Amino acid sequence: MTDIPAPSASDPLPQAKRDLVPVLLPLILALLMLPLVGSFSSWVTLTVASLAMGMMIFIMASGLTLVFGLMDVLNFGHGAFISVGAYVATLVLLPLAGMSSADSLLTNLAVLVPAALAAMAVSGALGLVVERVLILPVYGQHLKQILMTTGGLIVAEQALYALWGPQIIPLPLPTALRGSFIIGDIAIAKYRLLVLLVGIVVFVAIQLTLNRTKIGLLIRAGVENREMVEALGYHIKRLFLGVFMVGSALAGFGGIMWALYREQVHASMGNELTVLIFIVVIIGGLGSVGGCFIGALLVAMVANYGGFLVPKLALVSNILLMVAILMWRPRGLYAVTSR
Amino acid sequence: MMILSGDPPRSRVLALILIAIIAVLAITPFVFPGAKPLNVAAKICIFAALVASYDLLLGYTGTVSFAHTMFYGIGSYAMAIALYTMGPDWTAVVTGIVIGLPLAALLALGIGLFSLRVEAIFFAMITLAVASAFLVLASQLSWLTGGEDGRSFTLPELLQPGTVFIKDLFGVRVTGRTLTYYIILVGCAAMILGLLRVVNSPFGRVLQAVRENRFRAEALGYRTVFHLTYANVIAALVAACAGVLNAMWLRYAGPDTSLSFSIMLDILLMVVIGGMGTIYGAIIGATIFILAQNYLQALMGAASNAAADAGLPLLPGLLHPDRWLLWLGLLFVASVYFFPTGVVGRLRGAPKPAE
Repeated sequence: MTDIPAPSASDPLPQAKRDLVPVLLPLILALLMLPLVGSFSSWVTLTVASLAMGMMIFIMASGLTLVFGLMDVLNFGHGAFISVGAYVATLVLLPLAGMSSADSLLTNLAVLVPAALAAMAVSGALGLVVERVLILPVYGQHLKQILMTTGGLIVAEQALYALWGPQIIPLPLPTALRGSFIIGDIAIAKYRLLVLLVGIVVFVAIQLTLNRTKIGLLIRAGVENREMVEALGYHIKRLFLGVFMVGSALAGFGGIMWALYREQVHASMGNELTVLIFIVVIIGGLGSVGGCFIGALLVAMVANYGGFLVPKLALVSNILLMVAILMWRPRGLYAVTSR
Repeated sequence: MMILSGDPPRSRVLALILIAIIAVLAITPFVFPGAKPLNVAAKICIFAALVASYDLLLGYTGTVSFAHTMFYGIGSYAMAIALYTMGPDWTAVVTGIVIGLPLAALLALGIGLFSLRVEAIFFAMITLAVASAFLVLASQLSWLTGGEDGRSFTLPELLQPGTVFIKDLFGVRVTGRTLTYYIILVGCAAMILGLLRVVNSPFGRVLQAVRENRFRAEALGYRTVFHLTYANVIAALVAACAGVLNAMWLRYAGPDTSLSFSIMLDILLMVVIGGMGTIYGAIIGATIFILAQNYLQALMGAASNAAADAGLPLLPGLLHPDRWLLWLGLLFVASVYFFPTGVVGRLRGAPKPAE
């Protein structure tokens, strides 16, 4: 009657089926755009620009999607961490402007790295406070979470205005990262390449942590069944607090990268980016890191190619992209199955 | 009780406060001469109606929408564009209403059917994205909307400030402006009473059932997506009407006065402070908020200057008049945490959980 052999303990777990269609989307989109853009050199420039922008958006959005996926908390105040990270970076970068305008990569990095670390530390610490004060009382209540974190966003933005003033703060790029590499007739901005590199490193690091380490195993298990992991004796709450702090720190890190990209800092930048980030995590499927990565790339590509081809349309292209993706997959590219 | 749809304030203090607010609003043109008090009163009326319509969504169905200003803006812009292009006559007013309201309803229907089947969090994010796209559209299509500058227009002659009906009534000139104010007051009162009717009807009960337990409401046989969509459409229509009145009062429609995200936050703050799920809360919330917005700032300016004179660090910045939203934000968080039922829920004494 049954030809199926009974599974034995030594058998490896069956591999989950990989869904590769979304992965191909950015690739196909980029290739489709090649004939539309016309010139190869501008296509390369646009593609690199999209990839760099996508990486920054991914870094900012990954924290949001991690936190939602793991803790079922949607932080509408996520944008505040971005602004805070950018502002903290100015504390390091502006007093040491001499070092960042020096013509040596090492001297530049000597300010840039501490600035990034400070941004991450402060926004991570702020994440700790926010989780304890705003989110702890409202776990499991979506409506109140949205209200609380929106309130937190208002307060954070106003506090930034109060502390730094309402003016836009210019934040010039360090000298060594200015300009571009010229290969033939193709120009690639140096800073975009650096951003691209950093983004890939962050993505790989998150994936490796989630999939190859014990902490990642516990996190994934906690998402699937929180009570079970707690019953096994692990402090899932402390783990999730850690995830929240990492998510906040990533947002702060994204904030400094974005501020340098735009070469300015403004208290409402987090607010403006919030919409973009939400679109990315919706497209990716709330809670999915891989989906978030692809979503960020798609949004950035549509923004860059769209801005080049049909500037007027580019302004609402994000929404059109989101609607199109949701028509195709109503729960985002990679629906997280546990909810 | 008929006019209150069988849902009286149920608290003596609340009833007294409401009567006081409405009485003051009704006599404002005669008691507080000058442009500013009248502006504040008109804004309170308009926002009370707008907030009440948002309460139908947030308080009664438990869905967080960030697209409410979009409908408000549609009403404002429809009125402004019609009067701007067709000139100041009543045909233009009617055209604005006839185009604006169905447009808002259709859009609400679309958004509702498209996204209300998803979770609350998803819906909030989608509406936020749609609203921001709409804001971008409104500021980019400058041939139609006037871009960032918006559209100024002239009202029909009957409503203009220059039209004098009575030279001296209790020492006040009754002009077209006064008439406009009373149109707004009556219109907003009618909308709030209408919303009170809606939430106390069987339909309103279903909405509450959906809020409390969507799954169970569905199991009882209610098609919750349709109920939520109807609620969304009603709320959008009322918001658009409030937008029409707002444009009539300002004789202007622009992104900052009718569409911006900060107005959305103001509405959220007013609903929560007033009390979710109690249409009356909208009146209280709007009154507190707009009085604070208009009069607290002067107070804060004085305090800020005093702190600066005293040489205190940081405090002048925190008390700067432009930072009043900081304190309201803190109040907002505190009220979500400590008084989830808002002022009205507090006064009524019967705590009704919001979720």
